[in-house]
Amino acid sequence: MPEPLLDVRALDAFYGDFQALFGVSLRVAPGEVVAVIGANGAGKSTLLNCIAGAIRSRRDAILFDGEPTGDQPAHAVVGRGIALVPEGRRLFASLSVEENLLIGGQVGRPGPWNLARIYDLFPMLAERRHVPSTSLSGGQQQMVAIGRALMSNPKLLLCDEISLGLAPIVVREVYGRLPSIVTEGSSLIIVEQDIVQALKAANHVYCLQEGRVALTGSAGTLTREAISAAYFGA
Amino acid sequence: MEWVNIIIQGVLIGGLYAMFAAGLALIFGVMRLVNIAHGDLIVLAAYIALMTTDTLGLNPLLAIVVVVPIMAAIGYGLQRGLLNRTLGDDVLPPLLVTFGLSVIIQNALLELFTADSRRLKAGAIEVASFQIGEGVWIGVLPLLQFVVAIAVIGGLQLLFYRTPLGRAFRATSDDQSVAQLMGLDNRHIFALAMALSLAVVAVAGVFLAVRTNFDPAIGPARLIFGFEAVIIGGLGSMWGTLAGGIILGVSQAIGAQINPGWQLLAGHLAFLLILAVRPEGLFPKVQG
Repeated sequence: MPEPLLDVRALDAFYGDFQALFGVSLRVAPGEVVAVIGANGAGKSTLLNCIAGAIRSRRDAILFDGEPTGDQPAHAVVGRGIALVPEGRRLFASLSVEENLLIGGQVGRPGPWNLARIYDLFPMLAERRHVPSTSLSGGQQQMVAIGRALMSNPKLLLCDEISLGLAPIVVREVYGRLPSIVTEGSSLIIVEQDIVQALKAANHVYCLQEGRVALTGSAGTLTREAISAAYFGA
Repeated sequence: MEWVNIIIQGVLIGGLYAMFAAGLALIFGVMRLVNIAHGDLIVLAAYIALMTTDTLGLNPLLAIVVVVPIMAAIGYGLQRGLLNRTLGDDVLPPLLVTFGLSVIIQNALLELFTADSRRLKAGAIEVASFQIGEGVWIGVLPLLQFVVAIAVIGGLQLLFYRTPLGRAFRATSDDQSVAQLMGLDNRHIFALAMALSLAVVAVAGVFLAVRTNFDPAIGPARLIFGFEAVIIGGLGSMWGTLAGGIILGVSQAIGAQINPGWQLLAGHLAFLLILAVRPEGLFPKVQG
């Protein structure tokens, strides 16, 4: 196996006294798409928040590009090349579409993505660049959220439930753009409730159950029975 | 003609109130911090201007160039070293800490400068005026103060809506945790906002010190004027703050004309009236 881009080693995460993750280990190779699936409350979003630095953890629990980042704050982690598309999109309501994208790019990391390239990826955003981000449809808002994260030219893009609340046709459209993001050199971790979608998009799958990795394997080899056992507990 | 003069004076002093208010509105907008020490910081700026003019022999209006960076540096340090630690889900700690700060500043100024009232002397410009119509006169200093207020507020408006820093302020105000995911360190952004707020305070403090006598105890009343202007204007736009300041200034001028004792009362009544009929202010923040 090549040197992993991201190496999560025995990660524990806490909300106060409540422990949300127990010794989770996960690897992402350069150019790989990893799906993290699991039931509500399994710890999927917590895992992404730890990787992005929004939740601090043990220093050497997360290695990115060979460097420990577990104890780094979010604003430092994004500068190293990890960007998060947060659950529920969470666009900046008082900023226009274009301002949302620009703020994503303000860390100034060099790379393939800029405003023009984002508008190529999501052409419908170009026409609506000056409207308030809140006036967009859910699918368009999701595109802005992805574009905003891409503007920091991440080596690793974390997508938290990007299909949530969207119509199936919009979900297909959004997922249809992921391969071109990988082609530009980003690895992806996608957190999904929609297992079919996740298995289709990913090379490798991790299934979380109550804060632990219950199942892992390459997307093609996992059986439905194994996944449902890991999902709900045997 | 007498009434025209009074209203003009009220409008011009409204510019000063708008500058009191702009700094308050700015930090409330960016970090939901209500700065009880705001008025005392205005007075602190006035004393720093006094020291500057005494030691350097500068004209007070030129002293602004010195006082603004000093106050901005104090603002950055205050936010980074103290106020950032009080911010959180609970609104009470920043209120209590800035209240304590208000007491500390007042007493420190009292120790250093005594309770004697002081004044900045700006020379001939203080009494200069020109006629714009039959019996209608405008003072040069009040006019200058008003023009500066418009420039300050216009500048803040531009900064907020046309620059990367303003974008960062608005993003942090919308959603702190997501702003951090964009690489914005909110401790630094908040400190920059406080620095900017105190830079405006510095300008306001110098004009206050030139137009009236000041002593260490007058801060809280300036805080009230600032609050009233913010609430009259609403939080939607910096220009609303200017409108709020002008309404407050004109009300006070009219009250004072009716009876000299009614100056402050009339201002408070105008504020209460607007709070009763339009609690969101004249230019409310539009929720998207």
